[in-house]
Amino acid sequence: MAAIQITDIKKSYGALQALDGVSLSIEPGEFFGLLGPNGAGKTTLISIIAGLIRSSSGTVKVMGHDVQSDYRAARGQLGVVPQELVFDPFFTVRETLRMQLGYYGLKRNDDWIDEIMANLDLTNKADTNMRALSGGMKRRVLVAQALVHKPPVIVLDEPTAGVDVELRQTLWKFIGRLNREGHTVVLTTHYLEEAQALCSRIAMLKGGKVVALDTTNALLKQVAGSQLKLRLSGAPMPASLKSIQIPLESIYTSLRINHNDEIEPILASLRQSGCVIDELQLQQADLEDVFIQIMGGVAQ
Amino acid sequence: MIGFQTLFYKEILRFWKVATQTITAPILTALLYLLIFGHVLDRHVQVYAGVQYTAFLIPGLVMMSVLQNSFANASSSLMQSKITGNLVFILLPPLSYWELFGAYVLAAIVRGLVVGLGVFIFTAWFADLSFVAPLWIILFSLLGAAILGTMGLIAGIWAEKFDQLAAFQNFLIMPATFLSGVFYSIHSLPPVWLTVSRFNPFFYMIDGFRYGFFGQSDVEPLHSLLIVLAFFLVLAGVGLNLLKRGYKLRG
Repeated sequence: MAAIQITDIKKSYGALQALDGVSLSIEPGEFFGLLGPNGAGKTTLISIIAGLIRSSSGTVKVMGHDVQSDYRAARGQLGVVPQELVFDPFFTVRETLRMQLGYYGLKRNDDWIDEIMANLDLTNKADTNMRALSGGMKRRVLVAQALVHKPPVIVLDEPTAGVDVELRQTLWKFIGRLNREGHTVVLTTHYLEEAQALCSRIAMLKGGKVVALDTTNALLKQVAGSQLKLRLSGAPMPASLKSIQIPLESIYTSLRINHNDEIEPILASLRQSGCVIDELQLQQADLEDVFIQIMGGVAQ
Repeated sequence: MIGFQTLFYKEILRFWKVATQTITAPILTALLYLLIFGHVLDRHVQVYAGVQYTAFLIPGLVMMSVLQNSFANASSSLMQSKITGNLVFILLPPLSYWELFGAYVLAAIVRGLVVGLGVFIFTAWFADLSFVAPLWIILFSLLGAAILGTMGLIAGIWAEKFDQLAAFQNFLIMPATFLSGVFYSIHSLPPVWLTVSRFNPFFYMIDGFRYGFFGQSDVEPLHSLLIVLAFFLVLAGVGLNLLKRGYKLRG
């Protein structure tokens, strides 16, 4: 049984097709990345999984429970960290967490609440009103609220947007631990290095469709080998090298190479045509290259 | 059941934490009405034989406070949660639409009754009140609070901005309460307005409630009770249906 089974989900808002037949299966225990530029449909998809919005067609099951027909069971299995920094200004951190636990139909469990707060460095803010917290602290509470009922499936919608390095490290340490303990984690982020470091498998969305779905390693292999980044002056680059050039808007000319022994012939051909190499860098391909290639050269 | 209890507790805690605004202020407002209208009209008006105007007025003011505050509690809680976005904390968990309905309406009833009781305690000193049929007092205040709590829930779901909620409150709830016989008996009205008043469900709530005190009313109390009960069932049906469909709450 998949942790999240998404089958042919479509969602339209009037003429806008936000999701256009998305199918995905996220397995239990996976750390899954959902990437795509703004407006690709990531948050819409997460909202459908969470039951916050309804799809126009298709089905979503969380741990085997349909999010529409069996919504209570499905929601109990899911913890969602929303993208928007929302909070209830009437309550303290501890009250907020106790109430969130109660909404899931669970009895008070202060040990677990204390443990979550300790792991997210919230302990000394436990009795502070939500209004008095900084943005970063509010974000921590949002994460804590999503984890309070120990959901087997955790969905984080851009949890690190605009947060400092310290919180990112705290967060990934804790989420990493939960993932190792068996929780399934689904992450959307605009920080591709974060996705590359954390996610074992990645889906890329564009215009409401899945345009790539593979393990992170396999995706990295799609962009073969490395990139040779050159800053050239003098004569234009010889036409013979055009076939390996990566089309990027940059002051650098980027060439794709499979092995390091391809470098010398490239340099020789540049010398012959009168090019001067002002700067040279050799870069391993990363997820950003994959992303840019798949999204058709459009950076996010 | 724990989900319902928690949401109910949260709704109580929410208004309790701002009690000056949600409890003390409406009690003071009702007290001002009593002092001014009681002072001006006590010697000139007698609605029921043998009942002082101030005594007539007190149950009306109590019920008006119950109704207005029940409405305000459910509607403003939902509206604030929608505007600030924290409604998501209630939409994400596995709360059923029955639990949502029950918690919001019950908390609205509690707020309405707390304010009503407060108004009663502070105004009862100003007149000799009788309690001919206390059961009717309890029944009508409970049902009235439930009706307005449900209306508040519906308005809170429907309204997309505070402006629309204010319109609902000022153009529907306020006229309906003021024109329901809080300050007068509808028998003192010209025939046209008498007929109009008979289509106002608020009139039956206040008339039945007042019967509990004086044993006198414009309409037979059982008749009022049936109308009020039917009105509640219709509204509850509407409210539950909106929650079930996720109307304006789930896209």
